[in-house]
Amino acid sequence: MVSRKNKWIPFLFLLPSLLFLGIFIYIPLIQNFYNSLFEFSVFSQTKEFVGLKAFKNLFEDQIVTTAFINNIKYAVISVLFQVFFALVLAAILEDKLFRRAAPVLRIIYFVPVMISISVIALLFGFIYNPQIGILNSFLELIGLENLAKPWLGNSTTSIYAVIAMSQWQSIGFITMLFIVAIQKIPKELYEAADIDGAGKIRKFFNITVPQVKETMFVNLLITVTGSMLVFNEPYILTNGGPGFSSMTLAVHMYQEGFVKDNMGYASAIATLIFILTAIFAVIQIKVSGTGKEE
Amino acid sequence: MMFKRRNHFGNAASSFSRNITFLGLIIFSIIILYPLYWMVISSLKSYDEIYNNVWGLPDVWHFENYATAWSLGISSYFLNSVFVTGATIILVVLIGSMAAFALSRYRSKWIDVSLYMIIGGLMMNPQVALIPLFELLTWMDLINTRWALILIYVAYRLPLTIILIRAFFLSIPRELEESAIIDGCSEFKIYTKIYLPLSIPILITTVVLTAYFAWNEFLFATVFIDSNDLKTIPSGLMNFRDALRTDWGVLLSGMVIASIPMIILLIFLQKYLVRGLSEGSVKG
Repeated sequence: MVSRKNKWIPFLFLLPSLLFLGIFIYIPLIQNFYNSLFEFSVFSQTKEFVGLKAFKNLFEDQIVTTAFINNIKYAVISVLFQVFFALVLAAILEDKLFRRAAPVLRIIYFVPVMISISVIALLFGFIYNPQIGILNSFLELIGLENLAKPWLGNSTTSIYAVIAMSQWQSIGFITMLFIVAIQKIPKELYEAADIDGAGKIRKFFNITVPQVKETMFVNLLITVTGSMLVFNEPYILTNGGPGFSSMTLAVHMYQEGFVKDNMGYASAIATLIFILTAIFAVIQIKVSGTGKEE
Repeated sequence: MMFKRRNHFGNAASSFSRNITFLGLIIFSIIILYPLYWMVISSLKSYDEIYNNVWGLPDVWHFENYATAWSLGISSYFLNSVFVTGATIILVVLIGSMAAFALSRYRSKWIDVSLYMIIGGLMMNPQVALIPLFELLTWMDLINTRWALILIYVAYRLPLTIILIRAFFLSIPRELEESAIIDGCSEFKIYTKIYLPLSIPILITTVVLTAYFAWNEFLFATVFIDSNDLKTIPSGLMNFRDALRTDWGVLLSGMVIASIPMIILLIFLQKYLVRGLSEGSVKG
């Protein structure tokens, strides 16, 4: 090792980062726990201490229940599409049968990932539109006009319409992560299986799936954590409505804080979101070993 | 003989299943591409045509929709996004690479603590800090300024950036810096003259990931900026929609303009993005 003349040099290099993280990430996190014990509004000078009242209200709040169920629906559907379907899609694209088409298809599936979520959400506002939307027009075209409905204006379909849009946007991203993982699998494994006369489906389950297990697990956690945090899609498409049928926890937090000006209660919802995601984050660190030193 | 026959039979079956799979892939491509095609085509239509002619091409191509969208506000959102994204990139790369330099070259208890603090930062979600950050930025008198976004974006991009760059720095051979020390180089010179130039690929990855984040970020951009003149594209588009009401062709033109820079960037730098996203997801 090289001798160190000045012990404070590394500290100087680290200082700006530590300041940014401390001021804008860690202090706000602590402040949020503190805030959730008070009642206050944006411009009020004082905060009224109410203890754990906000947390008690969380359990009695009908909207929190609906929002939480919607977050769970988001998670379950996203796992089906973005973990299982995306893995199958990636395996198909990496199959040598589609060697020529795969590069083009890969780019096509990736295009929505490159487009801002606000553009996508505005676009799907058009697609789901009862009068001009291509979804209903398409259903009419193929003779299924009785299935046509105001997708976002109907409280039973609104959350599913929002979730469907998320799948449309994100599937290419997760597929790409799986493709990267599949490309790292040693070719000899498949060659050995070929000699044994294994079919494609058997190779998929016996080689591909076990070899990408870690990526699968990481994608699972990204998807589930993302589902607990989802804000942009329901906020732009439906603002949680009609009623609160497509509310998620993050949209509820935003509305309580910045629309109804119940900052204390909104902080309690934020704490709930933090706890939900922290559980998954801890599992992820434990399994992927991020904290391990090399 | 048996082997041959089975093989032949297998080929027929597999070419059938191949065609079915290929058909599925094509249908999926249409599901992905058609809405985007519709967006571009409809952005060139008048209101009446969007309403009455859902599938067809425009009778008259209204290219002026783009000029209208640009002059009605997209230009200002666009420039704000360029400024916010540019400043965020510069600060993230500079500050992040400095931290990565210290973390990769020194070992002590404090360095370890810092590393854990940075890894912990990866797990923090912006949503949770939204209200305290709003209070903090109001107190700092930065709310409703572009710096409100820049500072927050830098903070939330730093953990991933530092971890990616640090991993790359650790792979730089020690001999290089030892000879530099013998030549009398200072720490700062080793950082600027050896580490940074050798790390261009990972720095490009960082730039792409940061650009992608800052250009598309919606929640902070909506909450921290109220003035229409300062809004970035994602939140500005919402104002744009409300102001235009039914001038859909112009709104769709604005949406297309908003998408172009990222698509261009990613067509050229896709491999850096994919690499960054996959490394980031494994580490994150």
